Amino acid sequence: MIANLAFDLFSAILLGSAVMVVSSRNPVHSVLFLILCFINAAILFLMAGAEFLALVLVIVYVGAVAVLFMFVVMMLDVDFSELREGVQRYAPIGAAVGLVLFVELAFVMVNWVIAPGAAGMRLLPAPGNMTNTAALGSVLYTNYIFLFQLAGAVLLVAMIGAIVLTLRDRKRGKTQDIDIQHSRMPADTLSMVNAKLGAGASVPARHEDAL
Amino acid sequence: MQVALSHYLVVAGLLMVIGIFGIFMNRKNIIIIMMSIELILLAANINFVAFSGALHDLVGQVFTMFVLTVAAAEAAIGLAILVIYFRNRGSIEVEDVTLMKG
Repeated sequence: MIANLAFDLFSAILLGSAVMVVSSRNPVHSVLFLILCFINAAILFLMAGAEFLALVLVIVYVGAVAVLFMFVVMMLDVDFSELREGVQRYAPIGAAVGLVLFVELAFVMVNWVIAPGAAGMRLLPAPGNMTNTAALGSVLYTNYIFLFQLAGAVLLVAMIGAIVLTLRDRKRGKTQDIDIQHSRMPADTLSMVNAKLGAGASVPARHEDAL
Repeated sequence: MQVALSHYLVVAGLLMVIGIFGIFMNRKNIIIIMMSIELILLAANINFVAFSGALHDLVGQVFTMFVLTVAAAEAAIGLAILVIYFRNRGSIEVEDVTLMKG
């Protein structure tokens, strides 16, 4: 009973803040509502028994992805009111598509049953004697180790890609160029001069500008 | 799981519809479009977790973790592309992006 009430409350906040994400005038508010969305979704995860994913959602999404959005929104000097021009024009189309989708989903949800054999086809029945985090870890590092590594590779590629894309090589000040240093030959920079006694040496022409 | 599975499915369905509505409504603002995509992925994750809780099967949660990974990577790359696009053109109007075709 109380669980149902809590579920209704948090899912109402989730859906309300999702509406605010897409309809807010100020993108900064959108990002803040997105954070509220994620936190409420994390609470729903908790209520479904996925504690680890709930906290991952808070740490990764609120802590990293939403902050990334916030950085970009604040860094780009964009006139966001100009970007909202077509909203009145596009809203009916969006509403129509959304309505059609929702009706379709409603048809799916009205009558459906879990197939009687579904419980027997479970791949990894949750063990009852350990916490959610321990259970997830025990399958993630054994049955799904290659997928787990692949996920790490995806993140690595994303990280390198984002850095390469946004890195700006500003020529600021003198920097060391190893290639040029290594390709210097002695003949380019050194010349041997046979100086006469008491006469001194005249500077060869190509070295004069160095003086 | 104390709450019935169908409640979770209704919430996830509504969340996905809101996300798709957001994509259509903010056609010019690519930042909001990316946030809408995050909402749609979140709806998918809620479905996975709800079924995982209802059937006592861990695979749903494992898959949710991979979806989270891909979503984070997608957000990072997308925002990086957005930043360089803004640096080159001085605006983030999605409709101008067609000018970039070969």
